[in-house]
Amino acid sequence: MPLLEVRGVSKRYGPVLANDQVDLTLFGGEVHALLGENGAGKSTLSKIIYGFTQPDAGTVQLAGEPVALRSPRDARALGIGMVFQNFMLIPAMSVLENIALFLTDLPAVVRREAVARRIREFGERFGLHVDPSALVRQLSVGDQQKVEILKLLLARARVLILDEPTKVLAPHEVEALFRVFHALKAEGYAILFITHKLREVLACADRITVMRQGRVAGGFGPGQADAEALVKLMFGEGAGAGAPAPAEPRPAGAEPILELRGASARAAGSETALTGLDLCVQAGEIVGVAGVSGSGQKELGDLILGLRPLSLGSKRLCGDDASNWSIARMREAGVAFVPEDPLVMAAVPGMSVRENLYLGTGRRYRKGAGINWRALESAMAESFRALAFPVPRLDPPIGALSGGNLQRVVIAREMAHQPRLIVALYPTRGLDVRSAASVRDLLRRARDGGSGVLLISEDLDELADMADRLFVMFEGAFKGCFARGGWQKEAAGHLMTGDQEADHG
Amino acid sequence: MAETGRLAAPAVRAALRYGAITAVALAAFAAVLLLAGKDPLRAYADTFSYTLANAYGFSELLVRMTPLLLTAVAVALPSRLGLINVGGEGQLYMGAWLASAGALLFPGLPRWQLLPLVALLGFAGGALWAAIPGVLRAARLVNETIATLLLNYVAPLIVSYFIFGPWRDAQGSAYPQSSAFAEAARLPSFFDTRVHGGLFIALGALVAYWLIMEKTRWGVDMRAIGGNPEAARRLGLPVAAWIVIALAIGGGFAGLAGMGEAMGIHGRLRQGLSPGYGFTGFLIAWLAGGRPLGILFMAFLFAIITSAGDTLQITQGLPYSAINLLLAMILFIVLARRPRKAGK
Repeated sequence: MPLLEVRGVSKRYGPVLANDQVDLTLFGGEVHALLGENGAGKSTLSKIIYGFTQPDAGTVQLAGEPVALRSPRDARALGIGMVFQNFMLIPAMSVLENIALFLTDLPAVVRREAVARRIREFGERFGLHVDPSALVRQLSVGDQQKVEILKLLLARARVLILDEPTKVLAPHEVEALFRVFHALKAEGYAILFITHKLREVLACADRITVMRQGRVAGGFGPGQADAEALVKLMFGEGAGAGAPAPAEPRPAGAEPILELRGASARAAGSETALTGLDLCVQAGEIVGVAGVSGSGQKELGDLILGLRPLSLGSKRLCGDDASNWSIARMREAGVAFVPEDPLVMAAVPGMSVRENLYLGTGRRYRKGAGINWRALESAMAESFRALAFPVPRLDPPIGALSGGNLQRVVIAREMAHQPRLIVALYPTRGLDVRSAASVRDLLRRARDGGSGVLLISEDLDELADMADRLFVMFEGAFKGCFARGGWQKEAAGHLMTGDQEADHG
Repeated sequence: MAETGRLAAPAVRAALRYGAITAVALAAFAAVLLLAGKDPLRAYADTFSYTLANAYGFSELLVRMTPLLLTAVAVALPSRLGLINVGGEGQLYMGAWLASAGALLFPGLPRWQLLPLVALLGFAGGALWAAIPGVLRAARLVNETIATLLLNYVAPLIVSYFIFGPWRDAQGSAYPQSSAFAEAARLPSFFDTRVHGGLFIALGALVAYWLIMEKTRWGVDMRAIGGNPEAARRLGLPVAAWIVIALAIGGGFAGLAGMGEAMGIHGRLRQGLSPGYGFTGFLIAWLAGGRPLGILFMAFLFAIITSAGDTLQITQGLPYSAINLLLAMILFIVLARRPRKAGK
């Protein structure tokens, strides 16, 4: 009998069906990998199992008994534990104190030696060696993860959910983690390992469930899976794009809109360092950048926009050396930014739509100490008209708009001054189908109007549809480049998951 | 109140809210007075007749209100960028110090030159003092709350050094103070009261604050930074520069308060120039949610309350610190309401 069984679980967030009739079984003594792109529904499913979120339909059974998981507390009491991507530890406290805080069955006066002994004993048994008296902030990320796992083990969890545990680890630490999995498995623990890295799945999982667009796309037993099959399930089958675009002759000597040569950037914290990026965006083309989340796409966008300094290499905008330009100067020079989440990245929720339209327009609408609102409003109205967007009311706070309308306001502002380069960072994420289509259509029209477009996306269908050329990013470097029609989803998928290298094409 | 409040215009709603805060605080303080064996009605009647109903008492309210308005704006303006300036007290002292330097160094200048110079120096003193935490914050080295707070303890020491040392009044008593400023450096006072020209500077500062924030593109930039720093950065606003500028302007207003106390009230630089105006100003700005009219009202209310402290001392034999109870109650009542976003 499976230790944990999920049956028919569905969960809807607004227009998005995050989980659609998902089934999953988890046996004691197995490592079960849950694989899928971003937005495939892995997180939602794990949150449901951990009691964080309640499903709209479906059941969770533990050892054959249906259970009600109304909160993480319920889940923990039933022996389900989860290690999040961001560790839930108190840096200023010791390992022992952090673990003791998590244990509900301790007496009022904690016998520290007893807890320390249990920590050492479990550490010995599963290869989770940490000094109980060390302060958490002195530990490496890998050791902090061990503390997180120890916490669950001491609290008698039998089902361990790990959300992308390898994302923060160095390669040798990944190896060590897999040895821990092995030891846990041998003692009958069930491990649900969430990831989107193929190589790791193949290295350590007994069974694999692949999710795609909220559904279970398929599953594999021990030894059945290979990279080919997994990529097909993750990304769907089929060619990357329709007909190859004719190689349009470019006017000789025309400078590319954007040119990166050997561009590199350092990383802090959970960011991804960029190494040796060569990229060129011509006028009148859409260059796509694909990659799984955290491969350095956001950092690439910031580097181009002028928010992140280059440590090596150069950046040229229409032939001018723009390596050290500030974002204000880049914007002044005709670089527009269409972000993933405008309310976070491109708008001030508490300010009116009108004031938000002014922000970031540089010196264009300045009038003495004030703002030439009339000129601004007519220019923006023109921009809305050109984009065939309805002109919104200007007085209410922009935060009151729906996601699609908000994105339209930001786009109208960004497009109002004929940008030469448009950096679009997941521009359709979180939008309803119609809004997403109109954003894509707009990017195409901007391209046809002679702008250069850099489209960063995790959606291969979108990239297949839009990109004239496609770069694939993994761990901060370009792993491959394809012309329109010259790629298959599988090939891109392999590169995105770090499964293999490809020749630059 | 909630029902009518929902229907009423924002201004009316705000007035109702302030009124309610005041009423509840006065009721709670009445209970304290009863416990102390005093007659609250008498106490309030005394306070009323010695402050609002009495020409001299009223003029003293305006005197107290003058620095409070300025130190409140000193807090309110940076708060629109999400900056917490707790350093009004120190900025006030440095404004007084630099203004005094001008008055003492150029005693021979005619009034029409010396007064503007002194005012300018007062602003500059506070502005430069506040720019230190501004730069530290903009460079992401030190949180501005900590830096402004700690500098409060430094500024009075600098003032002390000068009035015990180089500027000490030669003919003076044992009392540590600078020599008297030239008459040309004194802010004019009105109607034989202590109300001085600083009041108009303070009211002007309040209007300027409103104009800058609501009517200029600089205000739009600053509010954008306060509303969403990440978006502001991504839209190319010079966030670091604005942090320094906003704190400096705020500090400048507090410096003007110090200038007013030195040039308008004392006529010399002294220790104990301010009985905590900088801190009270913080409270005022905070209770008013940064709204100009709210600042005006709250500054007036706080002037009454602190005057009441004096009155109660004399007429009821209560210690002055009893009034701190009332201040604390107002604070608690405001804290107890559902937290809402500050600002407009």
